[in-house]
Amino acid sequence: MKQITAILEGFGSTLQLLIRSIGYAGTLPRQWGRFIEQCYMIGYTTLPIVAILSFFIGSVLALQAGYSMQNFGTQQFIGSLVGLSMARELGPVMVAILVAGRVGSAIAAELASMKVYQEVDALVTMNIPPARMLVMPRLAASLVMVPVLALIGDLVGWFGGAIVSKYTAIISIEPEAYFAVLRHYTHFDDVMNGLVKAEIFGFVVVLVCCNIGLNTRGGPREIGASVTRAVVVSLILILVLDYFVTQILT
Amino acid sequence: MPGTSHTRNPFTQVETPAVGVSVEHLTKDFGRLKVLKDVSFAVQPGEILVLMGPSGSGKSVLLKHIVGLELPTAGRVTVDGHDAASEVTRERVRMALVFQSGALFNSLSVYDNLALYLREHRLADEAGIRQKVMHALKILSLEGTAKKLPADLSGGMKKRVAIARALVMEPQLMLYDEPTSELDPVMSATISEIIASLREEYHVTTIVVSHDRDLALNIADRVGILMDGKLIFLGPPSELKQPKDPIVADFLTPKIDLQHPRFKQLET
Repeated sequence: MKQITAILEGFGSTLQLLIRSIGYAGTLPRQWGRFIEQCYMIGYTTLPIVAILSFFIGSVLALQAGYSMQNFGTQQFIGSLVGLSMARELGPVMVAILVAGRVGSAIAAELASMKVYQEVDALVTMNIPPARMLVMPRLAASLVMVPVLALIGDLVGWFGGAIVSKYTAIISIEPEAYFAVLRHYTHFDDVMNGLVKAEIFGFVVVLVCCNIGLNTRGGPREIGASVTRAVVVSLILILVLDYFVTQILT
Repeated sequence: MPGTSHTRNPFTQVETPAVGVSVEHLTKDFGRLKVLKDVSFAVQPGEILVLMGPSGSGKSVLLKHIVGLELPTAGRVTVDGHDAASEVTRERVRMALVFQSGALFNSLSVYDNLALYLREHRLADEAGIRQKVMHALKILSLEGTAKKLPADLSGGMKKRVAIARALVMEPQLMLYDEPTSELDPVMSATISEIIASLREEYHVTTIVVSHDRDLALNIADRVGILMDGKLIFLGPPSELKQPKDPIVADFLTPKIDLQHPRFKQLET
């Protein structure tokens, strides 16, 4: 019962934070510096790990599919499998998980620390709403940067699949043939669906991590607990939302 | 100087009405723990009230109610006649709280800590902000610290930066939470002088939570003593020199009794 109450309270406070933050959307132009800083944090600093993981996920996907498909002589369709899998599912989910682990944890840690060391209280006494200064620029940056990360993840994953397809003896498909099949079976809508998913996942991750950080009470130990909770809740929400968003988009 | 009717802006010298504070039957519970029990008092515009009491007696919680960071379980706190917890009050009355820890923004330089309020509320252009920030730093003898991060400052400097940050807000009501804790005696005296001179020069209504007996006796117009969540004394500091209440006397001038130590009595 206590846990159900805690979940409902968490949901309620997240919703309240969302409504308050949306209310401050009009202040974004004069918070341009903070917005750019958050774009850098969410986008630029996450890009290398997104690129590395996407490359190897695309590669592994091609490799695994290659072994199976060569039994049926259908390895020429590897491009379609990698293309669709990355665009519709693996790209957005993987980017969202990386954002949760790298950006969400950092957001939760920073805001929890500000809360525990009374910096958030200081903002309130200065009549500066934390939702305006600390949350809204992060949400706006997530809306811009997470789809960009997902798109780059798709492209790098496709490229990784192409490399493996060419240099693995049992597959041996030239990049031209690989990308021709990929282009034929992967449509613009597939990519857009993936980007919409990434947008939703990234926004939810950042919102949840902000809320958990701002609701931290206690001392330094609770900062660590908040970071763990923020990442765990984010991962669960990504996978649960993935099912429902996929249902809606297909 | 209680009863002074106007707060003078330290930068523009423009006078605005000083504000009073009223605490009526304030009770606060955290679960089963009763932290404040039916506390009532009023602070006159321009007055300095020092709240004293043992650790855990509810002083800081009381301060948080006045600034609207906590909501009462029962009772009412008003600032200038408005509910302290209301956002409207924060917009109408300029209140500043100097936190015990300073609560400086660790990722910002001292200059940016002071400039934040002015920038967020668009109260001046960058030239005006610079002038106000440097003036506040000068008042607190902190001119050389503008570019430093809070982590590079000593405890005393952090306290003074926190006061400077509050001063930049041009407050009508200034609240201090343990401003002299963890400071050496000279720095404690300096902070006490700063608090008193801010009131003398700018007529800011001031509430100080402190254990510092010297601070209370030297700068307060009135002193309140909170004990176990109850206000057991409220009066001028002169009455504290020879207190009639033995509990108050024991709190202010505790005798070190090596024959019958207090912790042994607590055990029995």
